[in-house]
Amino acid sequence: MTETPITMDKVEPTAPPRSQWADVWDQFRHHRGAMWGAGVFLFIVFLVLFGPWIYWNDPQYVPTGRDFLNLRDTRPIYVALFDSGAKTNWLHPLGTDNLGRDFLGRLLIGGRISLAVGMAAMILSVVLGTFIGVLAGYFRMLDGPLMRLTDLFLALPLLPLLLVAVLLFRDKLSGMFGPEGGTFILIVTLVGVTSWMQTARIVRGDVLALKEREFILAARSIGTTPSKMIARHLLPNVMSPIMVSATLGIATAIITESALSFLGFGFPPDFPTWGKLLFDAVDRMQLYPERVIWPGILISLTVLSVNYVGDGLRDALDPRIRGR
Amino acid sequence: MLTYTIRRLILSVPTLLFISLVIFLLLKLAPGDPMASQPLTVPPEVREKMRIALGVGQPWYIAFPKWLYQFFVVEPLYLFDAMLGTDWAGGQQRVISWQTRSPVMDIVMQRIPQTLWVVGVAYVVAILIAIPIGIYSAYRQYSWFDNAGTFVTMVGFSVPPFFSGVLVIVIFSVWLGWFPSIYDTTHKVTDWASFKVQLQQMVMPVMVLALQITSQLSRFMRASMLDNLNQDYVRTARAKGLGEKTVVLVHVLRNSLIPVVTVIALGVPSIFGGAIITEQVFKVNGIGQLLITAIQANDLPMVQTLTFIFAILIVLFNLIADVLYGLLDPRIRYD
Repeated sequence: MTETPITMDKVEPTAPPRSQWADVWDQFRHHRGAMWGAGVFLFIVFLVLFGPWIYWNDPQYVPTGRDFLNLRDTRPIYVALFDSGAKTNWLHPLGTDNLGRDFLGRLLIGGRISLAVGMAAMILSVVLGTFIGVLAGYFRMLDGPLMRLTDLFLALPLLPLLLVAVLLFRDKLSGMFGPEGGTFILIVTLVGVTSWMQTARIVRGDVLALKEREFILAARSIGTTPSKMIARHLLPNVMSPIMVSATLGIATAIITESALSFLGFGFPPDFPTWGKLLFDAVDRMQLYPERVIWPGILISLTVLSVNYVGDGLRDALDPRIRGR
Repeated sequence: MLTYTIRRLILSVPTLLFISLVIFLLLKLAPGDPMASQPLTVPPEVREKMRIALGVGQPWYIAFPKWLYQFFVVEPLYLFDAMLGTDWAGGQQRVISWQTRSPVMDIVMQRIPQTLWVVGVAYVVAILIAIPIGIYSAYRQYSWFDNAGTFVTMVGFSVPPFFSGVLVIVIFSVWLGWFPSIYDTTHKVTDWASFKVQLQQMVMPVMVLALQITSQLSRFMRASMLDNLNQDYVRTARAKGLGEKTVVLVHVLRNSLIPVVTVIALGVPSIFGGAIITEQVFKVNGIGQLLITAIQANDLPMVQTLTFIFAILIVLFNLIADVLYGLLDPRIRYD
């Protein structure tokens, strides 16, 4: 009874405490593919965001008269390296199309739209998926019906239905929001509504597991309301799978939009997106292969980089892998 | 297992009914008019009669059961008649395409062989390539082969078929001139020379489809092998002196194939969906191309039938995958 109790206040922590996100960043930094992917993706985003302001050619400008004949169908400047007779113009580094519009300018503007569609559709699909997943996981009553709904959506043949839906609603929405705005809203909504299912399933599974943990019990015992419980305790804990599916969602959305444009069900003709540019160029790809190759490379590069980032994020956010 | 299969089969009936209703109601909204292609000299009252004869103005609760009856009773009867030479159908009304005025199923039957040839061969090729790649990259994890394989599968995963298809056309048929860029479906294989032509025209579409499928499958195969390679039973097998070949190719491979087989089964319907784009690129006149032309021509009965066929395939292969998983892995108990 007389000996002094062992106190803890002498033991100082040797290192300052680290936040979870610092750990995640450390792990992410060591994934070489993910770092490259993030770099390339940021570079492309930067290019399409600021490129059109810096770049000197107006992508919508159609030359008239003699200029039209001189400027139409010029090849990229690098073609002159192996074909000295090719019609090139130093003012148009990637050449012009059959109306004399500058191709690089159209690629930059098209990238803006493709990326905007990808981001917006991803946000919609992640919000929908998280909402349905949390509801199904947290409220037992809703679990059955919501999961049957998810199964139903998974059983729908999505590409054919997307095509049909575009055909059905394009004219109505174009009348309401203008041809570009209408198609944008339509495609974003359609892609978002048809791609939330994976997120919902993952989130539901995680919420179900979290619900059995002690801190949730503690929170409930002090009278936390369900909405506070979801916002304060559940959502922050399911953030990592949501982030992974968000990154991968951008890739799917960009591919779906390009596929729709490629099949001729996308944006109106004078409104370039990468998929649309590729589709327009297919008929004359024997003469002008660059018009097919550049948009295709940009789509593939964006999707590839996003996929690598998703891969790296998945590794970084998994506490079992972290620190290896 | 049998009761589970039967239960799933029964459960899939309402699912399919609901999906067909969704498709039906969606198409009911479509602005298309089957009379749009008729000459303007047809008087309005005749036009109205033709419309009624095609059943266009009916409300959905009459039209939907009628369509169901046609699709599930009349069409199979015609199929039996065609196979056995009987006359059960007795000239009942079939589902008629607005575009060609011939029965929808006849056209679908004409188109299926082309799709099955291209897609089926691509799937088999992809499986044959993907499984060895997956095994070797998992066995030598982080070797240069694994890294290269991961990169190639990432690329195959990311390059959309409408770009890879166009790219191989530019390279192999424009620059090198090895293969034709258009798939000729009227080509008949009669002798060795025509068989070679058939092979040549199949190379590019099969290559494009196989690249996509291979990259998905080999990722799965690699992950599944990696899961199994660290298990205790592998150490036991090595400890009792089995050769490395037996351990990897018999013990580990058999266990790793279980999830991969289900992934293969699940992928079949999505391959039909994905083949829409590939068929469009190479001008294969299969079902995917039929769907696109039907949508563009506002041929609603055709669109509905095709979409529903895709839905049936998805539900069916989901079921097959689940049952296979239970059959192959005795640890899975559904009952």
